[in-house]
Amino acid sequence: MMDKKQQKEKMIELMSNFISLVSYKLPDDVESKLRELSEEESNQLAKTIYKTMFENQKIAYKLKRPSCQDTGVLQFFVKCGEDFPLIGQLESILRESTYKATKETPLRHNSVETFDEFNTGKNIGSGTPSIFWEVVEGSDKAEIYTYMAGGGCTLPGVATVLMPSEGYEGVVKFVLDRMTSYGINACPPLLVGVGIGTSVETAALNSKLALMRPVGSRNENENAAKLEKLLEDGINAIGLGPQGLKGSKSVMGVNVVNSARHPSTIGVAVNTGCWSHRRGKITFDRNLNYEIHTHKGVKL
Amino acid sequence: MNKKILTTPITDEDLKNIRIGDIIYLNGTLVTCRDVAHRRVVEGGIPLPIDLKGKAIFHAGPIVRETEDKKYEIVSIGPTTSMRMEKFEKQFIEKTGVKLIIGKGGMGKRTEEGCKTYKALHLVFPAGNAVYAATKVERIKDVYWTDLGMPESLWVCEVKEFGPLIVSIDAEGNNLFEQNKAEFNRKKEEQYEYISKQVGFIK
Repeated sequence: MMDKKQQKEKMIELMSNFISLVSYKLPDDVESKLRELSEEESNQLAKTIYKTMFENQKIAYKLKRPSCQDTGVLQFFVKCGEDFPLIGQLESILRESTYKATKETPLRHNSVETFDEFNTGKNIGSGTPSIFWEVVEGSDKAEIYTYMAGGGCTLPGVATVLMPSEGYEGVVKFVLDRMTSYGINACPPLLVGVGIGTSVETAALNSKLALMRPVGSRNENENAAKLEKLLEDGINAIGLGPQGLKGSKSVMGVNVVNSARHPSTIGVAVNTGCWSHRRGKITFDRNLNYEIHTHKGVKL
Repeated sequence: MNKKILTTPITDEDLKNIRIGDIIYLNGTLVTCRDVAHRRVVEGGIPLPIDLKGKAIFHAGPIVRETEDKKYEIVSIGPTTSMRMEKFEKQFIEKTGVKLIIGKGGMGKRTEEGCKTYKALHLVFPAGNAVYAATKVERIKDVYWTDLGMPESLWVCEVKEFGPLIVSIDAEGNNLFEQNKAEFNRKKEEQYEYISKQVGFIK
């Protein structure tokens, strides 16, 4: 039986390896969608770009190097059971795992302290990595999403609060406008996350949670699912192509995550994931046995 | 089709027949140069510690590993959003004589003017392909301004057949992204008309 200190060390070791893995191997859903998009592509320049992308992923996996140099500010979305033994240690575990993975992989140093404007050189800083919590009653498991978003696909992020009179039509306009202004430069084909809620922060968090959902999944609400499909087809019809240099399609998909709203407001936010959508999901049980959901057949 | 390869030092003449949408490759010296370095040169009037005349810069922040013999090795290197340098690029080209600006996504009016006036190109390296790009870097010759941290330092790289590089602004000032954008915006309006009729969920 491991004591708490040993458990903590073991989890840091595993999480650090998991972070490295996410930096050099794309999740299965993203890989297969890119394959599908490249096969449907008819534009010659776009085909050349897809070819470079697959070649890059192959070498990155072989050399175990981050497939994109911008390994982002790490984000973790945690669903932690109230009875998970390391619940109180989890924040420090994720912080230390990030530091360890940064040294060992290596990852890029992406934490610049604001106002003092210096790079910590450790990839961790005040409030980074960012950790978002949900505590689950009656569970002893910890489900963790690891996400590495570079600056390029973070830049299109935007949130606003619409008046109900602007309706979902206003949501459509808000999303589409962002695609042709900032989306082009955010490394399409994109995964587009749309968050609907009351205010900027609820919508923004929903839009990021939307990027955690698998490519090809649909919102359970019929109308939301309809909006996803309409936006996906609509943005595809614009034909941004890989790198925004034109092509048959623009996106890997559009995911909507929604929560209830104040009667007087519609909060809406857009977040984009680039083609190199480095997201991983891992679940630990109370004995730190793990299951990786996003990268089938991979051992840490 | 033959691979079109440019070798530094690059002259005005070399760029004459290159047009937007062309794919080229680079041999020679490529220096990483991004946000703060541009600001220092243009706003701060601080001269670069390296002569860029006829050479190429890369809007990029690499991951670099120090090897045992105190040398450096590129682990991953890929382009960052070029538009962030738009504010400075024209003057940067004027001050340095740089010929190729490699990055990600398009650049704007001022860079168009800079490319046209001082004969330079803006090119796109397909972003996110950082290990592929690293295999085209033969060695790091030098590094300057390390006070800016790993991503922002000036890494002087010797590259071989670095590419594919897609010409986004040519030396005549034609701009591929601007042309595409006009088409994208037209299609976007059509899609908005079509979709907005189907989302009247508030009744």
